[in-house]
Amino acid sequence: MESLSKVTEAALHAIRAAQDLRKLEDLRVHFLGKKGVITEQLKGLGGLPVEQRKQAGKTINEAKQLILRALEQRREVLEAEEREARLVQERLDVTLPGRRQEPGGLHPVTRTVERVQRLLGQFGFQVAEGPEVEDDYHNFEALNIPAHHPARAMHDTFYFDARTLLRTHTSPVQVRVMEDQAPPLRIIAPGRVYRCDSDLTHSPMFHQVEGLWVEEGVTFAHLRGILDHFLKAFFQQEDLQTRFRPSYFPFTEPSAEVDIQCVHCGGQGCRVCKHTGWLEVMGCGMVHPNVLVQVGIDADRYTGFAFGLGVERMAMLRYGVNDLRLFFDNDIRFLRQFA
Amino acid sequence: MRISNHWLGQWVDHGLSVEALGHRLTMAGLELDAIEPVGGSFSGVVVGRVLSVRPHPDADKLRVCLVDDGSGEPVSVVCGAPNVREGMRAPFAPVGAVLPNDFKLKKVKLRGVPSHGMLCSARELGLSEDHEGLMELPEDAPVGADLRGLLDLEDQVLEVDLTPNRADCLSMAGVAREVAALTGRPLTPVDPVPVPAASQEGVPVNLEAPADCPRYARRVIRGVDPQAQTPLWMRERLRRAGVRSLGPLVDVTNYVMLELGQPMHAFDLSALSGGIVVRRARPGERLTLLDGQSLTLDGEDLVIADQEKCLALAGIMGGRDSGVGDDTRDLLLESAHFSPTAIAGRARYHGLHTDSSHRFERGVDPDLPARALERATGLLCEIAGGTPGPAQVAETPEHLPVRSGIPFRSAQVGRLLGVDIPEAEMRGILERLGCVVDASQEAWQVTAPGYRFDLAIEADLIEEIARIHGYERLPAQVPAMVPRIDWLDEARVDLPRLRQVLTDLGYLEAVTFSFVDGELEDRLAPGVEPLRLANPLSSEMAVMRTTLWSGLLKAARHNLNRQQERVRLFETGLRFIPQGDDLKQEKMLAGILCGPLCPDQWAQETRGVDFFDMKGDVEAVLARAGLESRVRWQAFEDPALHPGQGAQLLLDGEAVGRAGALNPEIASALDIETPVYLFELRLEAVTRGRIPRFREQSRYPAIRRDLALVVEDSIPAARVLEVIHGLELPVLQEVKLFDVYAGKGVPEGCKSLALGLILQDLSSTLTDEAVDRMIQDIVERLQQEVGATLRA
Repeated sequence: MESLSKVTEAALHAIRAAQDLRKLEDLRVHFLGKKGVITEQLKGLGGLPVEQRKQAGKTINEAKQLILRALEQRREVLEAEEREARLVQERLDVTLPGRRQEPGGLHPVTRTVERVQRLLGQFGFQVAEGPEVEDDYHNFEALNIPAHHPARAMHDTFYFDARTLLRTHTSPVQVRVMEDQAPPLRIIAPGRVYRCDSDLTHSPMFHQVEGLWVEEGVTFAHLRGILDHFLKAFFQQEDLQTRFRPSYFPFTEPSAEVDIQCVHCGGQGCRVCKHTGWLEVMGCGMVHPNVLVQVGIDADRYTGFAFGLGVERMAMLRYGVNDLRLFFDNDIRFLRQFA
Repeated sequence: MRISNHWLGQWVDHGLSVEALGHRLTMAGLELDAIEPVGGSFSGVVVGRVLSVRPHPDADKLRVCLVDDGSGEPVSVVCGAPNVREGMRAPFAPVGAVLPNDFKLKKVKLRGVPSHGMLCSARELGLSEDHEGLMELPEDAPVGADLRGLLDLEDQVLEVDLTPNRADCLSMAGVAREVAALTGRPLTPVDPVPVPAASQEGVPVNLEAPADCPRYARRVIRGVDPQAQTPLWMRERLRRAGVRSLGPLVDVTNYVMLELGQPMHAFDLSALSGGIVVRRARPGERLTLLDGQSLTLDGEDLVIADQEKCLALAGIMGGRDSGVGDDTRDLLLESAHFSPTAIAGRARYHGLHTDSSHRFERGVDPDLPARALERATGLLCEIAGGTPGPAQVAETPEHLPVRSGIPFRSAQVGRLLGVDIPEAEMRGILERLGCVVDASQEAWQVTAPGYRFDLAIEADLIEEIARIHGYERLPAQVPAMVPRIDWLDEARVDLPRLRQVLTDLGYLEAVTFSFVDGELEDRLAPGVEPLRLANPLSSEMAVMRTTLWSGLLKAARHNLNRQQERVRLFETGLRFIPQGDDLKQEKMLAGILCGPLCPDQWAQETRGVDFFDMKGDVEAVLARAGLESRVRWQAFEDPALHPGQGAQLLLDGEAVGRAGALNPEIASALDIETPVYLFELRLEAVTRGRIPRFREQSRYPAIRRDLALVVEDSIPAARVLEVIHGLELPVLQEVKLFDVYAGKGVPEGCKSLALGLILQDLSSTLTDEAVDRMIQDIVERLQQEVGATLRA
């Protein structure tokens, strides 16, 4: 059986030397295929004497097993190598940018209004809306601002005719809500307002959020508490200082303006706060009894407070925008910053 | 209101630094706007006297002056001021003095002539904008005296924003009253000393409109010196208050207004014919004002007239022809009470706003006229001499404002403010503010002083108590809340969710003005007459938008013009559609897109957006609202849109929006070269939404059959689908339109539609025979209804 051991050795050698799976398969066929060298030897067993046949068969089978094992081992090695090679080939530059659309985004005014709504919503304020083309009654008269009242000079009004105008504030929504619904009332009214004024710091259209709470037992202290919490939450600053300052609105009494410690300089004094350390952010007050009476609410039973804020002002402070007019240019490069 | 701190100090010794005073005022509702120095920062400037003036040897416009600066040795100074003259006194900055902006005076040569200092204009000292020439100092100004001391320049001005209710603080007296109440310091008022009449000459007055003018005080003064100069101290106080000096007659009336709060007027007596009449203007009556403006008056205007003509617009502005001038010797001083309702609105109606109208329309103390008249007479006679007649007052007492007691319940303070303030403190505050308090009953009677027009009801008094007590001392408290549950309409889709769809699709939200260019509006909606503003800021913002597209188109153009070629914007807001006498203010959701479909990138080929990119985005919005399958797109001719690429959206037959390509004519009018797509939806309709309803799902396999149909070009795809759905086959789950083809193999004028039909039965597996039958029915029906044939 010299030849068998030689054949086996040659096979094992060739298998070890095989460089790829195809070569390995060729070797398998060559040695173990239907007409393979070993297979032929097995076929030749029939020609041997019976007494040798068993021994020879055993030897050949051993050789076959040896070759099979070698083939298997070599296959595993080659497969692993091939896998490895494929993975190397499949390597990507993962730093290339992804296939994508650009994300859009909300306007900073909407972003701010939604934030205000979410914060005040936690106090149970519901959103109310009203018309932007308003009548003189709801915008002025019902708010204790009769014709020729000097406070009208603070509202440069766009008119359509003597009775119809663009609302100069969101306060008429207060009136409409109080006309339609009975207390307790807790609403906020965000929306567009208009003043006939246009320069660096005034836009003929801007946004306000109005708030109104009418209920038995509501006090000025509650107004302070609510706005204090709201402003701290809005600016996410637990130690934000706020202060109430007497002011004047014909439809509230007492009236106040609300200042916050300058969020730009922390109250040290800077250009943004005109070196006062304070920023005026809201107007508010207890609903004037004349307003309650006008809408048929019993002023001896109910009290209420109202407040208003300028959305662009809050957005400018929050995001550091330094020019009001940018809000209405709708420049994509500006809008994308808030996406 | 500009308040000189030194002037205020004469009225009340407040004992506060100017910053502390400013803070105190701010916290009392008189908001401090700024603290300003009353002059530039300079030092070493003295009163100089010009001894001689001779021409400069080498310069026409320069003079060489000899100036006495009080140091003993006159110095030679080169000066270019046109008004320099021998004998005059002017501010002089000798060598070593420092002028504003840290400008140190040195000895210099000007065109070869040495100059030992500088004679100064008011502007060079930061005292005014006046640069006409040297600042003239009075003849009695002591030569060599330090100018800062002479002019009292270590003073500061507090600029305070007054709210319209606080007209009582529009004078030094009023601010001092307020400061006294805030600090508890005593008020030391300048009480006018009555000036005895030196003649018996008077002027009769007829109050024909007594409700508008219930009190009219006046005084004749004859023989004032037209050469008289306003004293320096008064000029300085006027300047600090922001009022220009215009000669003693006008200056005195302005000064008294600033000091006491009573607007006054001086008439040239020689321009008057007969007595004064205070009346409403006759319709069409004309008046030329002091500023030269000519007005046509009507019955709403209150005027001061004589027997022949209208002299002045009462309480607003005097007339040109009856005003005092440089040569006035005889005058009539007017000090009247005009009711706020008579003045309010009239100044603005005529486009005027004066110090006088500002005060009268807010309310002036009716008790002031007589005192102010005495004060003005005294000052005037002191400055310009003259012989005063008697002070005369005409009045109709029944028309004078009456201060009645305001019922005040102390318990209401706590009810409104949420704080306990002791009754004694409340009473003390009200009394410090000049109120008379009768606390003998449970409900107090509080009578406000005549100058507080803003105190009329209990709430006004509560505010005063809160204000003086100090807002910063009031508590802050979150109210206890009764929990309640608000019903939510589940079907209704929140606007934020729809916005989210668009932002996820790459849209940026725009906010454009609601008033737009009328011309563009007319191009977009030619049939609609928009609502026009009576007082627009410009023609670009003149009409209310009837569609959000006008603003979005402008925004798109803004970006296209700035190298931003890929534009996707949306906006929500009202459109304004006039309907007869009514106006529909309807909330819309609109969008615009143009430019490449994707941003430039290595991994993706891109192309320009088209109609179906836009439609897909709109469908995504509708899908979010659960309405996609209920909205039908129908070809639609809209003036704003391309005639062949416009659609109307119908929700169960109701028009809810429109979409399409921008009409190329409008695009070219706007200089937009790239194709632009637009959509606009009625928000109320597309947020209606739905509540999901469960449907049994089949456990048996679905079968797909594809059909290639040939129909005429004019048949909309939607029509084909409608026919199929019209058969109402219960097993037909879905029809997918997966290809549209025209060209080779399809007859001219026709198109081929490839449909995938998904069929599935709820209770059994469909047999081929059953499916074949249904397909047969579908094909036959399509043949009948739309002439469809199966593609060979």
